[in-house]
Amino acid sequence: MTSARLYGPKGWALLGAFAAFVFVVMPIFNLYVPQESSFHMSTYWVTLLGKILCYAIVAVAMDLVWGYAGILSLGHGLFFALGGYAFGMYLMRQIGSDGQYRQPMPDFMVFLDWKEFPWHWWNSDSFWWCAMLAVVVPGLLAYVFGYFAFRSRVKGVYFSIITQALTFAAMLAFFRNAMGFGGNNGFTDFRRILDIPIATPQMRMILCATSALLLIGVLLLGRWLVTSKFGRVLAAIRDAEARVMFCGYDTMYYKLFVWTLSAVICGIAGALYVPQVGIINPSEMSPANSIEIAIWVAVGGRGSLAGAALGAGLVNGAKSFFTQNYPEYWLFFLGAIFIAITLFLPQGVLGLVNRFRKS
Amino acid sequence: MNKGRFGGPFHMRTLITIVFALLSSGALSQEGKDIEKLAFGESDEKIEAIAALVASGTPKAAEVLQALADGELYTAGKRVLMVKGDTATDAVTGEKIASVPDEKEDITVNNRLRRELGAALAALKLISPQVEVRRSSVKELLNSAEPAMLPLVRKALAAESDPQIKAMLGQIAAALELRSEDRAARLAAVKKLADSNNASTKTLLLGFLNEEKDEELKSEARKSLSAIEGRLAWGERLGVIFTSVSLGSILLLAALGLAITYGLMGVINMAHGELIMIGAYATYVTQNLFKGSAHFDWYLIAAIPVAFLVSALVGMALERSVIRWLYGRPLETLLSTWGISLILIQAVRTIFGAQNVQVENPAFMSGGVEILTGIVLPWSRIVIIGFALFVLLGIWLLLNKTRLGLFVRGVTQNRDMASCVGVPTARVDTWAFGLGSGIAGLAGCALSQIGNVGPDLGQSYIVDSFMVVVLGGVGQLAGTVYAALGLGFANKLLEAWQGAVLAKIAVLIFIIIFIQKRPQGMFALKGRAVES
Repeated sequence: MTSARLYGPKGWALLGAFAAFVFVVMPIFNLYVPQESSFHMSTYWVTLLGKILCYAIVAVAMDLVWGYAGILSLGHGLFFALGGYAFGMYLMRQIGSDGQYRQPMPDFMVFLDWKEFPWHWWNSDSFWWCAMLAVVVPGLLAYVFGYFAFRSRVKGVYFSIITQALTFAAMLAFFRNAMGFGGNNGFTDFRRILDIPIATPQMRMILCATSALLLIGVLLLGRWLVTSKFGRVLAAIRDAEARVMFCGYDTMYYKLFVWTLSAVICGIAGALYVPQVGIINPSEMSPANSIEIAIWVAVGGRGSLAGAALGAGLVNGAKSFFTQNYPEYWLFFLGAIFIAITLFLPQGVLGLVNRFRKS
Repeated sequence: MNKGRFGGPFHMRTLITIVFALLSSGALSQEGKDIEKLAFGESDEKIEAIAALVASGTPKAAEVLQALADGELYTAGKRVLMVKGDTATDAVTGEKIASVPDEKEDITVNNRLRRELGAALAALKLISPQVEVRRSSVKELLNSAEPAMLPLVRKALAAESDPQIKAMLGQIAAALELRSEDRAARLAAVKKLADSNNASTKTLLLGFLNEEKDEELKSEARKSLSAIEGRLAWGERLGVIFTSVSLGSILLLAALGLAITYGLMGVINMAHGELIMIGAYATYVTQNLFKGSAHFDWYLIAAIPVAFLVSALVGMALERSVIRWLYGRPLETLLSTWGISLILIQAVRTIFGAQNVQVENPAFMSGGVEILTGIVLPWSRIVIIGFALFVLLGIWLLLNKTRLGLFVRGVTQNRDMASCVGVPTARVDTWAFGLGSGIAGLAGCALSQIGNVGPDLGQSYIVDSFMVVVLGGVGQLAGTVYAALGLGFANKLLEAWQGAVLAKIAVLIFIIIFIQKRPQGMFALKGRAVES
């Protein structure tokens, strides 16, 4: 019964096909087909897919707040980056004494001539502690920020603009060396996770598969949430908040819950993203990055979680293609998508597909 | 060559020189000796000689020292020569020498000597007949006077007629007399220095306090010191106020256009920063057209309407093609205008290149007004403050005194009703959007004078200008003005205290908190609607 509510037979089939591809087909062609063979799938593609899967998770999280609760956040890049930084601390500690200066401290601290770890690096050599931070820090920030914003009924464009101000302020803060997060270089040069070398095909595959697993999990959780009674209230808030309030619902806690959940999901995605791309720096928090997240969702189709994931894949696939082949046209293309989607495809690509299916 | 009966001109000339030298060594003895010491002496002797020459203050001393500084003073055998082009003059006797001897040697001027020489020349300019020369010389000497110059400074002080220069000369003399042997002279000097506006006087007095034994003098010095410190602190405060107003005026210019498009029309225009950038590039192109012409300085005047029109046209084109389809859907407007901004940035990058372009200040905007020593208000900033006021006045007149302004206000207050009474709302939207964009262009024209002009120019102002509008409240010009000035002050005061980055972060966080308290800004329009 529950399964029927989550997805129809076609939906489950698609999800299963995706899982089969990532968990079975890719490992076989990447790890077991020899490199000389023309069927071999290079690790480059595995890493690229893993990266895009992380973006897709962020897109789903964004869709939960924007598509279903009508809250457009222009600061989701902040939660993503915070998760990345939290887990990045652990990765920095795992470098050990293999850095350029051959010191047990991370290179940037040696460079700044710091003798001790700052307080927020406490216990950062523990995997579980940092993994927990990647969840708790974005969640806590989102909770506090959301509590005050929703309590004062800041909404619509005002909310968007203050989230943008928030991520901009955080970016400026993280650019400072004194923050203890590596200044504008951020964290890079990772070597190991759990003492296992990071740059091996096996580890890349594991990270990619973990991202896929998380994406599937987030899709199911999100779907369960939005098809529940809670989801219906959310949609009602999106469409007419005042009426929902007059009906006796305290809309603030609905919004706060979905907002915090969304931030937590972003944090986890960030934590998975950082070991795969091998770097995290404050430019991840730039307002431009956060706006791009919104366009992934808009391209795929607002109000459809799978659509948001699809949109992240399409836009980032296009980005990889353009930046490699025609770097000077990428911004033209991205700008044109922004305009075309908002003008002609308010329901995104999925909306287009549905329209064709109906006619 | 005609060799005469007296053994040829060479002997004759040598004879004359010897006689002349004998005569002159009596008459010019001291100055001549100094010049010779300057030419042949060791480093220390040379410096003594410079001091002696400065103290004498004769035109000839000035001439010789200038020649030394210009590398025109040579030694040839026992003689000191000033060589200008093909003519040589004996520096001691002043006698003209027909041909420049081949075997002449440079006088080496090391760094220490060069420094002394520079100060000495400045001191000698103190007695120049031209006021401007004296003024610049006095300014140079304020921080570099040497005790040996005291006689000359006194001489100049007695002769000086310009009150401002005279005051500065008095300061220099007092600073030098601090080291005098005479107690009365020191006392007078300490008292005199209380009038100083110069930061270096503070260090001077602190040093004096350390060395002086006399208690009465010491307490006088402390009094003078606190007087100077008080005045310097005021100068600093004035400086902070000025930079705050200046930043406020820049924010105001950047945000005024947005106040119209967002505040009055409710359109979130994320491409606003790029319209500013286009205005700056329009200024750049205008400047290039004026390059090489004799009226180059006037390019800025021409650039003002150009920047306005170009940005306004781009803005109107955007409104007609994209934004009009999205009225009433602010979040979609936000995204599509962001897309527009990306396209505009890349287009400018393709046309003008990714590098910053050079926009030169016209001559009348370089330099500044010095209110106290060390605190200079640059003309460019002053002009921009004036320009912001001018633009503000223009907008106010346009909105309140013209038909278009009436329509814009009408559409803002009640679109349907305005439409019913015959206001062409669609056309008013286009014009208003064009106006907002044109003002962004004016902001770009102003910003090109104080910052880098590059494709990313707009990105750095977009967050700031939104903050101003949001803080000021929607639909209110006055709110925008207060918010811009307030943010300017908040930024600069915090910056003086905690550094630029932390100041910026603090201001952003303040705005975030402020919006929680007053979601509609400082100056919200009163209304009864539950939802906007």
